[in-house]
Amino acid sequence: MRAFGSFCFDCVKLALRGKWYYWLWLVVLLAGVGVGAKYYGGQLAEGMVVTHLSDQVNWGLYIANFIFMGGIAAASIVLVIAAILYQREDVGQAALMGVVVALSAVIMSSLYILVDLGRPDRLWHMIPFIGRYNFPYSLLSWDALVLNVYLLFTLWLTGTLLFRNYLGQNQTAPIMRRWVGVAAMVFVIGMVTVEAFLLSGYEARPFWNTAVLAPRFLAAAFVSGPAVIILVLQVVGWFDKQRAAAPAIDLLATIMQAALLFNLFLVGVEMFTHFYTQGEHAISAHYLYFGLKGFGRLVPWIWIAHGLGVAAVCLVLVRALRQRRILLNIACLLAIAEIWIEKTMGLVIPGFIPTSMGEIFEYMPADAEIFISVGVLSIGLLVFTVLAKIALPILLGRVRYSV
Amino acid sequence: MKWFGFWKRGPKPRRKEQHLSRRTLLRRGGWLGSLALLMGSGLAGGARAATEEPSAFSDSIGDFFQKQYQEMTKEEIQEAIGRIERKAKRRYDVDIKVGDAPPPPGVVFGFALNLSRCTGVRDCVEACVQENNLSRSPQVQYIRVVELQKGSLDLHESNHYYDTEKVPLPDKIYMPMQCVQCNNPPCVKACPVDATWLEPDGIVVTDYDWCIGTRACMAACPYSARRFNWADPVIPKDEINTDTHFLGNRPRERGVVEKCTNCIQRSRNGRNPACVEACPTGARVFGNLLDPTSEIRYVLDNKRVFRLKEEAGCDPKFWYYFD
Repeated sequence: MRAFGSFCFDCVKLALRGKWYYWLWLVVLLAGVGVGAKYYGGQLAEGMVVTHLSDQVNWGLYIANFIFMGGIAAASIVLVIAAILYQREDVGQAALMGVVVALSAVIMSSLYILVDLGRPDRLWHMIPFIGRYNFPYSLLSWDALVLNVYLLFTLWLTGTLLFRNYLGQNQTAPIMRRWVGVAAMVFVIGMVTVEAFLLSGYEARPFWNTAVLAPRFLAAAFVSGPAVIILVLQVVGWFDKQRAAAPAIDLLATIMQAALLFNLFLVGVEMFTHFYTQGEHAISAHYLYFGLKGFGRLVPWIWIAHGLGVAAVCLVLVRALRQRRILLNIACLLAIAEIWIEKTMGLVIPGFIPTSMGEIFEYMPADAEIFISVGVLSIGLLVFTVLAKIALPILLGRVRYSV
Repeated sequence: MKWFGFWKRGPKPRRKEQHLSRRTLLRRGGWLGSLALLMGSGLAGGARAATEEPSAFSDSIGDFFQKQYQEMTKEEIQEAIGRIERKAKRRYDVDIKVGDAPPPPGVVFGFALNLSRCTGVRDCVEACVQENNLSRSPQVQYIRVVELQKGSLDLHESNHYYDTEKVPLPDKIYMPMQCVQCNNPPCVKACPVDATWLEPDGIVVTDYDWCIGTRACMAACPYSARRFNWADPVIPKDEINTDTHFLGNRPRERGVVEKCTNCIQRSRNGRNPACVEACPTGARVFGNLLDPTSEIRYVLDNKRVFRLKEEAGCDPKFWYYFD
């Protein structure tokens, strides 16, 4: 108990002590949170009318960001799986960074759902037994369940790993570790699948109503998650004057390479069904890739996204290029941008265009949506920064429990 | 897909008699209670004496703890209706009457529409807006009439924005669309909080006070029948229909979803929906599907009827026909 008290005290101390650039970064993030809060206040005061969402396109940037962050959250614990189930001890420390990324991403993911609600004041209606929880029918109820359980899981994992390191014990019981590895694996696949089903479960939206959506989400998650962690490991290592964990980065690059290829393959498979057979599902795809009846706001976005994807594949496919850190980093940035555009402009929005009654009503996010999204992102980065600031000295053994 | 629901809890007993006053609820809901007090304290002044009409502040607390419609007792529904009526008085300075007519026994409502007769004047749209207290700004309409070229019923080739002044044009089909009141409604499945459900008389209703505004139902609806209140609905005071129903045309708030209820305030009292009355050509037929002598049954038995988007598997109760 005393050890735990001292742990909490040291954590607070670590979070509050930093160089000037730590505080500058926190101020920048807080400014982002402030701008988001201001716009969210406007959304609360005036209603969702401040967004460009409509009865025709009723989900947009928020839900797309929720899915994107969900993918990152799920795939970020891939190193935990590698470390535990594949006995890769050399990626153990990087795995904790992955868990911290997962924790921040799942918080962001939940917040993106929250800002999308028309009546957040009635959120208690969703609490099982107190409100009414339409489980297992509603896919959103599955999403809420998975997000909450995953949040608890990552919180517990971060806390346990940090506390054990703080006490100077790196090892946990093998049976416990195997359990964590299996749980992580179930979460990665389960969470991404549930998020895909949120879209693919509606016969009203033929563009989404495809079985390949869940595999596509999984591939995309295994691109964006590792890409984010590769960048995070280097940034953190740079600030901490540590050489970034090379084995972890190599492993992540390999995963990303395979996932990028598989993702492009799945995109190609979908394009075949869309354009070889001209069913109802093809109409949204036509709108997305070529425009429909003079409407085509998303066309440049999707082609840019696929261009970025191909460029990223070229960079990670060639071993000589991949091993140049700077090129790998560029590939990561390209891949993250590709997946983000593919999820927002390429998937969520065209699902509503044209509507199930054949109306074409275009959508582009409003300023409010963009700034609120930036605010949520800032909250996530804030959580990550503070947690990483605490975690690193403990992981590296600089801060230890002393009686 | 009906077998799929075998484990879902059956319909809850309607309005079971529980004697739970709001105060005991407050006491039970411990932290929720304090949260509500915190949230409400900024809204209005303190509560007045019990003999006076409840204040906006105490009403807002009552609103916060209001249960889902199907779970409320008769007294709780009456309390909720009181709050709704007072809110309308405060907001619009109008005395509205909120009814709570239950589904009539032995009745399942159905709709039929004669496409040969529809001339596309959109009188039904206007009557629906008036009857159901739909927001004038931003504009909310339950009925969408589209213009189709003869030879195709492909909605993707339809014109949603045709000019009402010029109708009817030759070789055009005018097709009004609204909620088709599915027997297997995807919107009900999609809602995470059971804010929308199928009533025994075949109407899919929404509890506007329970909806949290996820809009999953809108994404799920193959008929684009659901509308969201993106802003506070604006209705001119003298145009408010004061004859309302809890699950129908009572004034709504922003941030919740609404939809056509077959004019539940009328149909449950034996009247035709407003769109049926307003149609100048008599293209619309409404009635009890279980009554073999009803006009709707005559149409279904004798006309070559069809349903829109049957392939979506929702089993709608809205038929179209040409004659």
